[in-house]
Amino acid sequence: MTDMTADVEFHDYQSRVPKVYIALAWLWVAIPFAYGVFELILKVKQLFD
Amino acid sequence: MTASFFSRERIVAPPGWSRWLVPPAALSIHLSIGAAYSWSVFKKPLEGALHISGTLTALPFTVGIVVLGLSAAIFGTWVDRNGPRAAMFTAMCCFCGGWLVGSAGLAMHQYWLVLFGYGLLGGIGWGIGYISPVSTLIKWFPDKPGMATGLAIMGFGGGALIASPWSTEMLDLFGTDSAGIAKTFLVHGVVYAVFMSLGWLLVRVPRPDWKPHGWIAAPPTAGSIATGGQVSANNAIKTPQFWLLWVVLCFNVTAGIGILEKASPIYQDFFPAAGIAAAALAAAAAGYVAMLSLANMLGRIGWSSLSDKIGRKNAYRMYLGVGALLYLTITLMQNSNKVMFLICTLLILSFYGAGFATVPAYLRDLFGTYQVGAIHGRLLTAWSVAGILGPIMVNAIADSEKAAGKSGPELYTLSFSIMIGLLLVALVCNELLKPADEKWHEPSASDDRAKEFQESRR
Repeated sequence: MTDMTADVEFHDYQSRVPKVYIALAWLWVAIPFAYGVFELILKVKQLFD
Repeated sequence: MTASFFSRERIVAPPGWSRWLVPPAALSIHLSIGAAYSWSVFKKPLEGALHISGTLTALPFTVGIVVLGLSAAIFGTWVDRNGPRAAMFTAMCCFCGGWLVGSAGLAMHQYWLVLFGYGLLGGIGWGIGYISPVSTLIKWFPDKPGMATGLAIMGFGGGALIASPWSTEMLDLFGTDSAGIAKTFLVHGVVYAVFMSLGWLLVRVPRPDWKPHGWIAAPPTAGSIATGGQVSANNAIKTPQFWLLWVVLCFNVTAGIGILEKASPIYQDFFPAAGIAAAALAAAAAGYVAMLSLANMLGRIGWSSLSDKIGRKNAYRMYLGVGALLYLTITLMQNSNKVMFLICTLLILSFYGAGFATVPAYLRDLFGTYQVGAIHGRLLTAWSVAGILGPIMVNAIADSEKAAGKSGPELYTLSFSIMIGLLLVALVCNELLKPADEKWHEPSASDDRAKEFQESRR
């Protein structure tokens, strides 16, 4: 773990980013990822057919 | 003077910024460059379109993997110095430029342009893109670095899952002649450029005085490999710790390739069920390969997150020690129990993925966050070596065993035994890892963000 020097003051600033922006950013990557996982699961099914 | 749009100063997060915006930025890069592993989709069409051998069609990918390791090692310090926005933008230009140059090469029937574009230019994009978010994620998530880097590196595994079916659909749409493949490459270049733009537009580095809500940095504990000392990239490669970890990564990757490289033939040789049509067996083997990909991907996020709880050294003890036992189990049991075979090989592949995903956090523990991206870049040369030597070794052994008249599971006894040996050597290297000697620590500050903070207050 990091060892902070004595004269450093660290702050835990409260997030002011609207949650909808965070959700949109995650959707941007989650949608293509979900497509890839869906296609993969279709292939996995062949193992049990 | 105003800082450049791509400079580190321009992307210091304002006080209310959310760190949960950083993983999507990292994922947009890793999900894109991970398409590298879907190259096999283009091999057959290229053989027909350019009238070249299978060896030549494999060459762009092989060159790309070598260039990935080299560019990560060479440009790692530049990435750390200039920050993630400049690195992600450069990665996008190289990666997407590679697709576009390859497209031009196909349109003009010039194979060397495909090799230059996809292999060389694309490889530089893979290397810079792979390391671009790592140190930023570690700084945003000091409380769970394994989870954060595991998430991004899982994206690299997920990239091929997206690109493979997508590329196949485009080849079906545009055709598999050179014009059709050129259009497919062109669409890849353009779409990935748009997709990756989220990364360099959104990424921010934490303020020098920022810390996660409610988090208190724990002091180093006795026996821990993490001392809090900061080591530069140039000094890190002079330490035994770096080279021990290099061997650990190299042999862990090679052991994973032992299964991954021959997954489909391994399945068909182990379980050649009588009475089942060859096509059905091949389809089942394809399902098995897909399942391995899923295990590889889940291992990256799952085991790497667990390493935040149990410690990096213990995590690698599990990847290497249990991995060796799993290889021993399938070597001894052969094809007597299909369920056990599936469980063992899936776990081996999950440990293979976890080895990649956990290593940045391991480097953070050993060398601190100062230049961790550059150190990670240099360590990735182990991947290049394993990525080239691993498949050559596995294929050569399988061919020689076949020539010796062996069949079924016996074909793989020797290669699996070698993998057990490699994993045990890596396990010993992991045990030998001790904290880096204090003589390598940077003298000016015990933490690079503390150093930034002090400078910001002057």
